[in-house]
Amino acid sequence: MPAVVIENVHKRFGDNEVLKGVSLSVEAGQVVAIIGRSGSGKSTLLRCINGLEMCQSGRIEVAGHVLDQDPKHLRELRKDVGIVFQSYNLFPHLTVGENIMLAPRLAKGLGTAEIRKLAVEVLAKVGLSEKFDAYPDNLSGGQQQRVAIARSLAMQPKVMLFDEVTSALDPELTGEVLVVMEDLAKAGMTMLLVTHEMNFAKNVADVTVFMHQGKIWEMGTSAELFAAPKTPELRNFLSAGVH
Amino acid sequence: MKLVLNFTPVWAELELILDGIMLTIGLSAAAIVLGSALAVLLVGLKSLAPRWVGLLVDAYVELMRNTPFLIQLFMIFFGLPLLGLKMSGATAGLLAMTMNLGAYATEIIRAGVDATHKSQIEAGLSLALTRLQVFRYVVLNPAFAKVWPALSSQFVLMMLASSICSFISVSELSGAAAIIESRTFRSFETYIVVTLVYLALALALKSSLLLLGKRLFPNASGLERLDVKAGSV
Repeated sequence: MPAVVIENVHKRFGDNEVLKGVSLSVEAGQVVAIIGRSGSGKSTLLRCINGLEMCQSGRIEVAGHVLDQDPKHLRELRKDVGIVFQSYNLFPHLTVGENIMLAPRLAKGLGTAEIRKLAVEVLAKVGLSEKFDAYPDNLSGGQQQRVAIARSLAMQPKVMLFDEVTSALDPELTGEVLVVMEDLAKAGMTMLLVTHEMNFAKNVADVTVFMHQGKIWEMGTSAELFAAPKTPELRNFLSAGVH
Repeated sequence: MKLVLNFTPVWAELELILDGIMLTIGLSAAAIVLGSALAVLLVGLKSLAPRWVGLLVDAYVELMRNTPFLIQLFMIFFGLPLLGLKMSGATAGLLAMTMNLGAYATEIIRAGVDATHKSQIEAGLSLALTRLQVFRYVVLNPAFAKVWPALSSQFVLMMLASSICSFISVSELSGAAAIIESRTFRSFETYIVVTLVYLALALALKSSLLLLGKRLFPNASGLERLDVKAGSV
């Protein structure tokens, strides 16, 4: 069974229809990159998957949870679906360790010793073991984003969503975040990522989806899609070089 | 006209002054703790409860902020006994101070809560926290840190306003002063002493709150920088 099933999803903000019937299926362990211009609906699609935005029609099923409005169902879904944001969104008043341990304690009710072990583990995974007691403000953007990834991982999600996670970073800091994501992909995590990093999509994603005007315009294996784009819109997008 | 100051009779009543100081400190400290708790509860209700509850909170806040403290005190001290709730002057004073401070602090803390970046709440919800948990663990602390200076001023104002409790014969500092004045007929001397004591108390409270703020919100300076960053991307 696929890890993510999106069927004919429509989403409007007022009169503006942002998603015009999107269907997509992601197998467990697959890495799917979503590319496209600003305003093509790619971030909205991602945010619909964990219920941060509610779509008006269509059906979304993630990690065995069917998305609906019930807060309790949403929490169950979100325990299995992590998301990392463009602006990191770490909690500024908590240390790195506390940021990571908060949700496993509150949402999953795990014991203190277990949570601490988990936090140390995920922090090691993103290469920031020594920052356990630091405050987010004392970290670089790249480090903050790696902590955000660790915080998400501590919930032991089945699916991870990445919403333009390197867009706020300098080029040299982008690399360290992409390395962490590549490791995750290799470890078999199911990942959906909205990205402007074409090389990352080409080299790491199994499938790349090109969104245009609220629709999936073109999709295929990353190798095919980048080597031989079929639609003029994608050719334009790829050759423009400005993403 | 020659001004002659004679503090000796006032010093003779030192014990009364000290008792007054203790009561002023006690009333203020209790009102600050209880008023803040009330404010957190009201802000929480406004953020999380259905809209009509929020409107009730608004009505309460407007009522308390747009009527004189003295009248609120009289309503509680003279009104509640008619409803069968008898209480001492000090209790009535504490209740009035708590309700008054609670309303002002609600407005102040709410401003801090409203200033929370939406992305913080989304991050909390995405980690499978409930709305209440997000409020309690994600929103509240940075909100307090943001408005701590304004809240501190309000606490000091409340401490000074506790003098109004002397109207219902609570012998806190101002009440004690009134007694000393009537005993010694040394009005100017009495109020010079009381003024200096209030000044010292206010300054002490202000600096204690400043220190407490630094302890409670060690990363407060970082909060603003983070907000700027989050807002700029």
